[in-house]
Amino acid sequence: MSIAAAKQSSKTGWIAGLMLAILFVSSLCVGVGDMPVTLLFSDGQVLELLLVSRLPRTLAAILTGAGLAIAGLIMQTLARNRYVEPATAGTAQSAELGILLVTLLFPATSLLFKSLAASAAALLGTSLFLMTAHRLPPTQPFLVPLFGLVYGGVIGAAVTFVAWQADLLQYLSVWTNGDFSGVLRGRYELLWLGALMVVVAWIVADRLTIMALGRDASIGLGLDYARMLQLGLIIVSVISALSVVVVGMIPFVGLVVPNIVSRLMGDNMRGTLPFVAASGAILVLGCDILGRLIRYPYEIPVGTVMGCVGGLIFLWLLFRRPSHV
Amino acid sequence: MPDRRLFFLAGAALLCIVAFMTIGLRGNIGFVLALRAMKLAALLQVSVAIAVSTVIFQTVTNNRILTPSIMGLDALYLFGQMLLVFLLGGLGYAALDAQLKFGGEIVVLMALATGLLLPTLRRRADMGLMLLAGIIFGILFRSLHSLLARLVDPNDFAVVQGASFANFNDVRTDLLAFASVLTIAGIVIAWRTRHVLDVIALGADTATGLGISWSRTVTGLLLLVSALVAVSTALVGPVAFFGLLVVALAERLVDTRRHAVLLPAAMLTAVIILVGGQALFQHALGSSSTLGVVIEFVGGLAFLVLLVFGSRK
Repeated sequence: MSIAAAKQSSKTGWIAGLMLAILFVSSLCVGVGDMPVTLLFSDGQVLELLLVSRLPRTLAAILTGAGLAIAGLIMQTLARNRYVEPATAGTAQSAELGILLVTLLFPATSLLFKSLAASAAALLGTSLFLMTAHRLPPTQPFLVPLFGLVYGGVIGAAVTFVAWQADLLQYLSVWTNGDFSGVLRGRYELLWLGALMVVVAWIVADRLTIMALGRDASIGLGLDYARMLQLGLIIVSVISALSVVVVGMIPFVGLVVPNIVSRLMGDNMRGTLPFVAASGAILVLGCDILGRLIRYPYEIPVGTVMGCVGGLIFLWLLFRRPSHV
Repeated sequence: MPDRRLFFLAGAALLCIVAFMTIGLRGNIGFVLALRAMKLAALLQVSVAIAVSTVIFQTVTNNRILTPSIMGLDALYLFGQMLLVFLLGGLGYAALDAQLKFGGEIVVLMALATGLLLPTLRRRADMGLMLLAGIIFGILFRSLHSLLARLVDPNDFAVVQGASFANFNDVRTDLLAFASVLTIAGIVIAWRTRHVLDVIALGADTATGLGISWSRTVTGLLLLVSALVAVSTALVGPVAFFGLLVVALAERLVDTRRHAVLLPAAMLTAVIILVGGQALFQHALGSSSTLGVVIEFVGGLAFLVLLVFGSRK
């Protein structure tokens, strides 16, 4: 990395960190319950509100955003296509199918077991997607996301059908529409497992960068391609499944964040990974705060806000003039 | 022999209609028949509207895997409806005359659809890019729809709630008369332009070379497509993959892209699937609301097969 680029990246780092800090503090302060800062340490109730509701919610948003952005980045590396992400490649829908089946077959199981089942189903669904996506002609890059969207739609239809037969449709919306309003202390801690996956991604960042060159090139450079493919699939599946189980599906995060960061900073993942994670956290937390404010004191689920904000950003990414041709 | 196949298709469609009208008749026969006839009329219109709009849209965009609903047209219609409720309030919206409102919605959809689609078509952008953009538009409009749905009063929301899901059981019979005028006009126009459509299918350059005023014709056809999409969405709600399934099947059956054959074949196939499926699910199996989901599932699979195998040729 040249000196200028390093300076640039440390400046961007400061800006990202500052934004995240501002959003973190505002997220702690925004909500229906009254929380005067002066009474924070003298009034037990105020402190409890902060520790039981606001802090877990803020952390959940940050963890989900960072995780989903990283999952999107890895998914794009694996599929070698800039326009895929877990929510548009059947991963999230497969996770829903898994958790739905587990809920039907073993209703009494713990959340951890359900997450495991969801992860396994997500792994299966994503592997199938990648296997089929590699058969599509590489000359038409837009066919892969198109295939993924419809593939996810078909699995989603199966989920709806099963849920309808079992009278679980209302229950289903908990997982299909991302929402942080139900997050309390004791209900989000599984997301830290997702953070662990982000750390794993950071450790293997260099190998992921090489993977982006394609199968033949990376094998030529001495990479165990099949092992890395499996590892990448596991990271993507676990992160997506956890966020579906704990908060529900949030679209577009994994799609727009890696694309914007890659435009600004290039594709060396050792350098960009922290920014992808931070930007994902900023985007999700920002949308959650927005959802809390638009119709105060009622809330709009973050999945809906993200559908609007993320959709607009994605269209802009599609139709902008190519910056370097 | 496409003509004989058409004859068979017509026979099968007729059989489905008879089945829909007669299976499981009980109680006051005259009343039941009148009720079913109303529903049948709506289902027929929806089938025809979806089949014709999909065939024309695929010809205009020169692509077999595009349908109006994949490009987000019906999501746009629902969003427009919600926007009206948001701006006028539920009471103001409900006070509007149903047919006037429907007319207004159609005009809005026509304007928006041509405004969004025509520039893309004219630029002859990459088809994959257009598809992706269309799907994202669909998600965007659906999200905006649910955003507005959260902003309006719960009472206002009830006014439009029923419209957001495909529902073949509870069709809007109050719009039937007005919609039939549109559908019949659509059929007549489509049939009269069948040869022009054959020429348009050759591509913009060839069509222009053969003496067709491309942008004017395409604009007119897109307007027709938007009106037909509005008819089907208003009557039963959005159905994403039905049109694709129908046209893909019809094309396999009659083995031609000539519109004089394909148009009637697609209409008949749509009638067979929709009316026959509804007869089967509602009257024979007694579990009616699943037809929409089943069509989504089968249509989606058909789309994936088309995408993987169609693009490898």
